[in-house]
Amino acid sequence: MGVAGETAPQALRGPSWDGRFTVLILFLPPALLLFTLFVVLPIGEAAWYSAFNWNGFGKPTNWIGFDNYRFVLETRAFWLALRNNGLIIAVSLAIQLPLALTLALMLAERFRGAVALRMLFFMPYILAEIATGLIFSFVYDGDYGLVASIWRTFGAEPLHLLASTDTAMLAVLIVIVWKYFGFHMMLFIAALQGLDKSLIEAARIDGATRSQALRHVVIPLLYPTIRLSVFFAIVGSLQLFDLVMPLTRGGPADSSNTMVSFLYNNGISRMRVGYGSAIGVILFVICVTFAFTYKRWFMRDE
Amino acid sequence: MRLLGKLGLAAAACLLGAQIAAADTTVKWLHIEVNPVQVKLWEEVARAYEASHPGVKVEMQFLENEAYKAKLPTILQSKDRPNIIYSWAGGVLKTQIEAGVLDDITDQVKGYSDSLTPAALAAFTSNGRVYGLPTALSQVGFLCNKELMAKAKVDPAGIKSWDDLLAAVKTLKAAGVTPIVVGGADKWPLHFYWTHLAVRIGGKPAFDAALKGENGGFAGETFQKSGELFKQLVDLQPFQNGFLGFKNPQAVGYFGDGKAAMTLAISTVYHLQRALAADKTGLSEDKICWFDFPVVAGGKGAPTDTLGGITGWLITKGSPKEAVDFLKYFVSKDVQTRLAAGNFIIPVVQGADAGLNNSFMKLIAANLAKSNYHQNFYDQSLGPSVGRVVNDVAAEIAGGSMSPQDAAKAIEAAWKQGN
Repeated sequence: MGVAGETAPQALRGPSWDGRFTVLILFLPPALLLFTLFVVLPIGEAAWYSAFNWNGFGKPTNWIGFDNYRFVLETRAFWLALRNNGLIIAVSLAIQLPLALTLALMLAERFRGAVALRMLFFMPYILAEIATGLIFSFVYDGDYGLVASIWRTFGAEPLHLLASTDTAMLAVLIVIVWKYFGFHMMLFIAALQGLDKSLIEAARIDGATRSQALRHVVIPLLYPTIRLSVFFAIVGSLQLFDLVMPLTRGGPADSSNTMVSFLYNNGISRMRVGYGSAIGVILFVICVTFAFTYKRWFMRDE
Repeated sequence: MRLLGKLGLAAAACLLGAQIAAADTTVKWLHIEVNPVQVKLWEEVARAYEASHPGVKVEMQFLENEAYKAKLPTILQSKDRPNIIYSWAGGVLKTQIEAGVLDDITDQVKGYSDSLTPAALAAFTSNGRVYGLPTALSQVGFLCNKELMAKAKVDPAGIKSWDDLLAAVKTLKAAGVTPIVVGGADKWPLHFYWTHLAVRIGGKPAFDAALKGENGGFAGETFQKSGELFKQLVDLQPFQNGFLGFKNPQAVGYFGDGKAAMTLAISTVYHLQRALAADKTGLSEDKICWFDFPVVAGGKGAPTDTLGGITGWLITKGSPKEAVDFLKYFVSKDVQTRLAAGNFIIPVVQGADAGLNNSFMKLIAANLAKSNYHQNFYDQSLGPSVGRVVNDVAAEIAGGSMSPQDAAKAIEAAWKQGN
């Protein structure tokens, strides 16, 4: 902060209102137009369609008010999908993030092979979701897959993880953790490398052990990144779709549906556009509520 | 440089081609066929048509089955829609007609349409108006593996009733043979059981009544009973291990690999299993047997009643008259005979079944000719929203997560919601 820092606001302050007005006239319309076209209109349209019993042909005419919402809430599969989204969030927070943080703490330091290991762990994230799903559907295959051959060495009956209502969701969760922990690990590594090392050194000089320094200095300094990671993990969990489709398509018996695969299976495949729109609106409300609350409570200062 | 020269030439040829085409009529034809041999034959037919009709260009477009179903409403409402589209008739067709996205081609096919199998044409007719032309028929029944059946000493010709089938499953299991393979992840292969049982138990009257909401609709006795009988089979655990995770092509390949004694399948699987088997040769024809879906004691349906598909082509709104003309050429005796000779279809043009050179295909054609009630697949005929619920509940009964009573009620609820 020097001379420049002090003159800049003054320059703005000069023709204050006029200047801002010009900026407003110049920059607001395009932004507003884009926002309206690509955000407000589609959401509004979905909300509008959700009030009709409509199959996507022609104009919606059969107005049924809130019935679609009632139908959605009466469906057992919807609640299963909601529960599954909850499960994904829980696993992301309880297993994925701690795993990512642990690995990040180990790999943030400079040693031979650190970069290679980082890339190795990050690799699953680079892979396209749909490809990951296909790969794992082979891995899980009870007759030919990796799981099958492990199973066979123990002489057990073939196990079809994706074909049973008891294990399908578990199998999906494992893939989710495998796929995304590398992303969070990279976020943490970046944050760790940006930390002010002198603070840790100061703590060590003051007699703090390694773990004490970690608990009381490093982790608190990482809080902004952790909060961001949690945000990404939850929003990503709510939107999960492209891993589920190649693995199970939400089955068997809807046991591994997420909200979005439930939306796709019902709204698109069944041509119940109104019903699907209602699911979309519900999901939208959940996401927005979460995003705003989280921002307000946990990410205030950022 | 030579490559570059070739590329340049190719580009020039394309440009030239594009210019010629721009002055002419293009018929855009959207299909979902995955069998490359059949597509090649279609391609030949299209080129032959172009040769005899200067100024008309037939352009083939392809979409995968599920993607096609999902995109159809949007495609049909776009200005750039294809002129000829694939159809399974039934509820979806009805919706498309109501939405006014199809052309009424009644007058254009007058006279010609008499050459088609009446039942097949009827599937594409609504209120006396014709909206498309059928192209193929199929029948659902049990394909079996002669060797495995012989190993367990089960005579496929002796499986006439539902109880015979249950007994056969028990015998096969006792002999250490997987009785039935099914692609449960796709759900619709499982709905064949439920639907065919309904066809056997209630026959045409029960289905017609359910459509009108009589006798408790789809929650009525016939449909509960078909769930119960299906449950009897499911309780014997007749399917391969992990059947709910198998997609249909996988299951067909499994049968082709000779790993299961039976599969309830569309007649086309008779040939398809060879392509989908791990060794790409599958079971040779002398190793496969076929028997019709067993009858149910006290059932009102006739043993000759059939379940199967009626597929064909629709003409979309505002298409050039050449589109209909090409379609008539495509569904002509000559072309149908060629397709029949390739074992691709059971033809719908009268007389074209002379092209069938395979005893199995002839048998299916004869079965269909005998049938007085050919039920189109429920998941097609009830339209996408109710049809998929039928698939769902069939999979749920098979997986043990839904009772036959609840299944019937779920379909009736979907039917009421969808209308």
